[in-house]
Amino acid sequence: MNFLVETKRFLLCSVAVYLLFKFFFLFGLFSEYIQQIIILSFIVILTSLGLNVIYGYTGQFSLGHAGFYGIGAYTAAYLGALFKVEGVWAFLPILLSGGLAAGLLGYLVGVPILRLKDDFLAIATLGFGILIRVLLDNSDQLSEFLGGSRGVIGIPKIVNLEIAFWAAVFLILITRNLIFSRYGLFWQCIKDDELAATTFGIDTAGMKLTAFTYGCFLAGMGGALYAYLYSFLHPSNFDFLKSIDFLIIVIVGGMGSITGTIYAGLLWVAVIEGLRLALPASLLELRWVFIPILLILVMMWRPYGLLSRSESRFLGLGN
Amino acid sequence: MKSILFVGVIAVALMFLFPMTQAKEIVKVGLIAPLTGDVKTFGESSKNAFLMAIEAYSKTGKYQITPLIADDRNDATEGANAALKLITQDKVFGIIGPLTSKVAIPVSEIAEKNKIPMVTGTATNPKVTVYNLKRKRYVFRACFIDPFQGSVAANFAVKNLKAKTAAVLYDVSNDYSKGLAEFFKATFEKGQGRIVGYESYQKDDVDFSALITKINLKKPEVIFIPDYYNKVALIARQIRERGLKGVLLGGDGWDSPELVKIGGEAIIGNYFTNHYSPERKDKIAEAFIEKYKSKHGRVPDSLAALTYDATMIILGSLDKAGTAQPEEVLKVLAALKNFKGVTGTITFDQNGDAVKSAVILKVEKEGPKYMATVNP
Amino acid sequence: MDLLSYILEQTINGLQLGAVYALIALGYTMVYGVLRLINFAHGDIFMFGAFTAYYLLSKWNLPIALVFPLTMAATAFLGFLIEKLAYKPLRTAPKISLLITSVGVSLFLEYFLSLEPLFTPNYIGFPRPFAVIRYNLPLFTVTNIQLLILLVTAVSLFWLYLLIYHTKYGRAMRALSHDQEAASLMGVPVDGIISLTFIVGAALAGLGGILYAFAYPQINVFMGIMPGIKSFIAAVLGGIGIIHGAVLGGLIIGLSEVFVSAFLSSTLRDGVIFFILFLVLILKPRGLFGKRIDKV
Repeated sequence: MNFLVETKRFLLCSVAVYLLFKFFFLFGLFSEYIQQIIILSFIVILTSLGLNVIYGYTGQFSLGHAGFYGIGAYTAAYLGALFKVEGVWAFLPILLSGGLAAGLLGYLVGVPILRLKDDFLAIATLGFGILIRVLLDNSDQLSEFLGGSRGVIGIPKIVNLEIAFWAAVFLILITRNLIFSRYGLFWQCIKDDELAATTFGIDTAGMKLTAFTYGCFLAGMGGALYAYLYSFLHPSNFDFLKSIDFLIIVIVGGMGSITGTIYAGLLWVAVIEGLRLALPASLLELRWVFIPILLILVMMWRPYGLLSRSESRFLGLGN
Repeated sequence: MKSILFVGVIAVALMFLFPMTQAKEIVKVGLIAPLTGDVKTFGESSKNAFLMAIEAYSKTGKYQITPLIADDRNDATEGANAALKLITQDKVFGIIGPLTSKVAIPVSEIAEKNKIPMVTGTATNPKVTVYNLKRKRYVFRACFIDPFQGSVAANFAVKNLKAKTAAVLYDVSNDYSKGLAEFFKATFEKGQGRIVGYESYQKDDVDFSALITKINLKKPEVIFIPDYYNKVALIARQIRERGLKGVLLGGDGWDSPELVKIGGEAIIGNYFTNHYSPERKDKIAEAFIEKYKSKHGRVPDSLAALTYDATMIILGSLDKAGTAQPEEVLKVLAALKNFKGVTGTITFDQNGDAVKSAVILKVEKEGPKYMATVNP
Repeated sequence: MDLLSYILEQTINGLQLGAVYALIALGYTMVYGVLRLINFAHGDIFMFGAFTAYYLLSKWNLPIALVFPLTMAATAFLGFLIEKLAYKPLRTAPKISLLITSVGVSLFLEYFLSLEPLFTPNYIGFPRPFAVIRYNLPLFTVTNIQLLILLVTAVSLFWLYLLIYHTKYGRAMRALSHDQEAASLMGVPVDGIISLTFIVGAALAGLGGILYAFAYPQINVFMGIMPGIKSFIAAVLGGIGIIHGAVLGGLIIGLSEVFVSAFLSSTLRDGVIFFILFLVLILKPRGLFGKRIDKV
């Protein structure tokens, strides 16, 4: 109950934002295309939040996040086809299964590799991300439906504003509670100085694994939502470049800030997709010329992100 | 005098206030094509043809067409995004393309779901119009499908090239390549041929030495490479460098001026199946070829010819339906019979596929040379 | 052809590929040795080399003898520029920032060069300035390109070895990779030696680019991504920071790729390579030739 009191502000804000979007959607102020983009932004925020827990709070540099996003998407797609899921209520367990699959995989992978340091962890996660990509490319060996490198088509479009938004809000709340609990405290200790944390008796290996597993779980949930929004999956959507997307959001928004991730996620999707609408096709590729420049500049001037460590009081996410 | 002048001025003024011709209703049509990426010559050709068709239509057509062109970069996700945007944001009444099956298959799902007619000129994989035994009512194509194309190639190998053994190299990440390979294999084996090698590679591969060395063990007489021109050119060169002597055979993906440019000596003298030959003796075809040549400086390839036909088909259906309502246009489209196109006479069968003949072309330095026609 | 010939031919295929990976891996390993930085942009320097050679050969019709040194000079210069502009300012920043910056540089190079007036995103046929000749030896066949690649790589390695172990510059590089602070206290010009490391590494990548383009004559702005990652894995496999490790790692990766394609399936190829990476990182993170393992 204490939790509800503390987060009352956030819940109120969420309801307000939801009503606002719902209003716009209902009255057709946005085309279906833009509606899809908006819903996507919630999914992206959720997934990036996962990476924020892994990297922003606990300091583990993972370059394979999109792989877990993909595992969630494909698992959900497969199980949904297996059980012929069409409706919202049947979808919810499928959604959860996507998250659990990714989380489980994160756990299994994390056990051996999380003891690696910075660069080596980066390479290991990069390699694993690519390994997942190869797995997805060959998924038609497992099941013709999964389509291998030709992609998966025909997933029913179940995800709408309600599902995506409230799933994201729910998971943000859980994350927030984890962050402000013992777990979050330990995670930040590990990030600041792992050696010192060990001397304090913190089970660093266990905590790191927990953070990693949870972060992958969130990615899997995001992936499952994505699959049932776009109805079409392709392995190339879950490659290294996608992992970089999430990384950029976490960094630009501020490592260790949930609010930052929310803002950055919205901004990112708005910029990427908005530019697709605003720019003529010939200039579209310039996006990817300016984004890395932006990234480099952010690294040079504000290496810890723009909104690091401060949670918005307005949104009620703080302590 | 003054009164005549006065009336004249009023008349002229009225002319400007009330335009003489009634304004045509504006209708948007979209083209999804690979303007950039690994098959950009396909996209360029189709874009040229698309615009040419719209120009030709506008002389006599009932509607004013606003063309919207989207680049899918030969990538399924890009194509799907472009389709969604064209349909829900730009509100096109119909879509031409995509050109390649791997993009056309997901886009056809989107078109079907949103009930917007789609006519692809060139995507040949069966899954574009029928998937999981379900026919997508709104999707049509102006070309033949790969089960037919694969069998044409296989029969050519058996009967004309008198080959008893063949090897197949295909791209596993591409529905077109994989499908065509399977259809070729089925027919070749039915014709008492033996497939001595059936190897797959991936989209980004450049080193085929391992695969080529592998199939060289059996010395196949024919090597079937159902992929797009840039990959084919690369593979052909490596095949010849390793000394394999088999005849190379391919599908409509070979049709590009870049094939010989990249492939050089290695690719010359080999054969591929296609939708039409620029040497076709037919009034409509000749007129189109002349116009395309004068406008763009080169002979149109099958991508251009088919896109032209597809565009004319959908615009013709629009006129015949008398309305831009997708449901009505669909009714006319589905009933298309004996349409005289550049690439032949087109009738849609119950799956929305065109029943057409294929041609066999030989790769020569100056361009593909016509060898034979195969009727379905 | 019998099994022995088949295996021998596939071995040469593997060595050819592995040699190019080795050349690229050297650049990764040298830079990591000196700066503890994984230079993600290295694969794109390789691509730049291939494109430079393309322009020199096709647009300016230069003879091969000139193309090699000019291309290597161009890529060396690019490597130098990247270090000065993007990495030097961040020398004191947290390592992750440097890593992310290198990712940024890589993406920038790829997408900037893919713009229409520059390299364009198209696949371009690379003009090989000589014909392919096959030598039919008693047991197997070999092409002149394969011989060229193996020869040039061997010569470069020999030259590099001389540089690292028999010149004062090499000694300075080794000193820097051991302990940067101590080396600078001993009078080693840190900036200069770091630049030199980048220059040499980039030149080798450029050389790799030319040879790769000779062997697989189709270039594209994104061609450096996969070879870059694989070469990087090769460097890690052999022991990052160790020269002969990079070479051995490159050859092993090249051979694995070819043998998996030859005996299993082409689609499993990449999977096997990353699986190898995994095993190495878990069992022996310092690589085959690496020494101490420092864990937290």
